[in-house]
Amino acid sequence: MTKELICICCPQGCRLTVSDESGELTVTGYTCKRGIEYGKTEATAPTRVITTTVAVTGSSWCRLPVKTAGGVPKSKIFDCMDAINQVTVQAPVHTGDVVLSNILETGVDVVAARTIE
Amino acid sequence: MFQYDLAIIGGGPAGLAAAVSAWNEGVRSIVIIERDDVTGGILNQCIHNGFGLHYFKEELTGPEYAGRFEQMVAETSIDVKKQTMVLNITPEKMIYAVNPTDGYFAISAKAIVLSMGCRERTRGAISIPGDRPSGVFTAGTAQRYVNIEGYMVGKRVVILGSGDIGLIMARRMTLEGAKVLAVVEIMPYSNGLNRNLVQCLDDYDIPLYLSHTVTDIRGKRRVEQVVVSKVDENRAPIPGTEMTFDCDTLLLSVGLIPENELTKSAGIPIDRRSNGAIVFDDMQTELEGVFACGNVLHVHDLVDFVTAESMKAGKSAAQYILYPYQHTDQPVELQNGPGVTYTVPQKLDLTAGEAKTDLFFRVNHVIHGGTITVQAEDGTVLFSRKKAHMLPAEMEKITLDKSWFVGHHTATVSIQEGANEK
Ligand SMILES: Cc1cc2nc3c(=O)[nH]c(=O)nc-3n(C[C@H](O)[C@H](O)[C@H](O)COP(=O)(O)OP(=O)(O)OC[C@H]3O[C@@H](n4cnc5c(N)ncnc54)[C@H](O)[C@@H]3O)c2cc1C
Ligand code: SF4
Repeated sequence: MTKELICICCPQGCRLTVSDESGELTVTGYTCKRGIEYGKTEATAPTRVITTTVAVTGSSWCRLPVKTAGGVPKSKIFDCMDAINQVTVQAPVHTGDVVLSNILETGVDVVAARTIE
Repeated sequence: MFQYDLAIIGGGPAGLAAAVSAWNEGVRSIVIIERDDVTGGILNQCIHNGFGLHYFKEELTGPEYAGRFEQMVAETSIDVKKQTMVLNITPEKMIYAVNPTDGYFAISAKAIVLSMGCRERTRGAISIPGDRPSGVFTAGTAQRYVNIEGYMVGKRVVILGSGDIGLIMARRMTLEGAKVLAVVEIMPYSNGLNRNLVQCLDDYDIPLYLSHTVTDIRGKRRVEQVVVSKVDENRAPIPGTEMTFDCDTLLLSVGLIPENELTKSAGIPIDRRSNGAIVFDDMQTELEGVFACGNVLHVHDLVDFVTAESMKAGKSAAQYILYPYQHTDQPVELQNGPGVTYTVPQKLDLTAGEAKTDLFFRVNHVIHGGTITVQAEDGTVLFSRKKAHMLPAEMEKITLDKSWFVGHHTATVSIQEGANEK
């Protein structure tokens, strides 16, 4: 297997080639080492960070921006969105507070991305 | 009337960074004036991540990035006047503003930083034919509705413009349950970053139509159909290539314009090519004591560059307040040669400020293999560097040593194409 990918870890967008022809997974075309890790994960079990909002009460804001604290499997993005959309948070809430832990057993928490007093 | 050493107009990332940097240089009487209920500017609605890789060496969402600077400001005694709209600035550096508590009032300042950001081009600014039903939004307006008000703007969506904001909104609308039928781009290339093409379009199988544009909008009350046509190399629609999309929403992501009404009211000269004030390498405009930074000066794609530029503006404003200086009346004028749309700064003062300066510029077409050169009026090459790819959508930055310019009056920044393929 040989795959051509674009690294999405920074605006540079390096063109990576991932191959297992030599028996183990090799990545070429990266500029920094984050590209190696991205290439390997993307070729085997791709993940994405989800950024979205949840309802918040007790404040003049009506939506709280949230993000998954790490990547979740790409195939579970829409299921995660459904789970996140069930959440309502009560203000005050601080950047980094967990609003949903271990979403869909992925081991990843959903955390607040702004402070609302 | 209020009196401050430094008044900063606009509390987005540019204004916040300028304030923090002036504070760190020792200025203690600073006010940030923001018309919104909150500071943070456009970042409040940019809930996606990708901010701060240069500055904080980690990937933050827009609100998190703004939050870091709001925290730095909170640790100082900088005044922040929210819900305060600046209406006018005079050449004498008097600021007239209005808010619910003070009413209409004046502020006099020793120095001013302009950091009012930019606004979106609208349908009027690009003139699409067809009906005028509801359901046509600029991408940024839709972003605010969805991310701040929590209100979905439509179910079946076509997006015109493939810059980063259009791409980010394609993903955002999809995650919220809408069907994005097409992203349409008049140019033969996308104006967005490759990473956004991958994670916003490819991930969700959203088609991108390059060299296409919207040629008709149909619908009585609400958008019902959008017609998309292929364009020729002169960007003119080709008859017979029409595709019709049944949709209820059209998002326009067709560019940003610096918001310079106040700059003009102060009589500050504007560069017609960058659409922002003409500045020296210390970010000072041609009106002494008035500085500019961020999207009001030129449209940035990366907030990290906004921060770096604004830190410099804040630092220079502090220098000006603490140790007043005047610019030479014979600066080196930077001119735009072939391949270059604009440069910021436009003027270098060899007698004041720092020894080195960053120079930002944009190229005016896609360039594969070119040499960036800076050449003095007598032909002397002062700087030259090869670069594999340059896109109009991506701002370029080079660092210049001002001593190279001694003895020169003008220098031209240009791109020599080809001849250096690897
Ligand atoms: C929709 C969008 C998406 C983006 N996505 C990314 C991204 O993914 N990654 C990235 O690095 N960069 C991104 N950027 C770029 C970056 O966020 C901007 O370049 C940056 O926010 C500009 O900062 P600013 O402070 O100059 O302007 P702004 O953030 O616009 O702030 C200007 C502030 O001035 C205030 N103001 C204006 N006029 C007045 C007045 N008369 N009186 C009082 N206050 C006033 C406004 O209310 C506003 O708060 C994006 C930009 C946009 C528009
Ligand atoms: S490999 Fe490194 S430099 Fe290249 S896009 Fe990925 S993170 Fe950026």
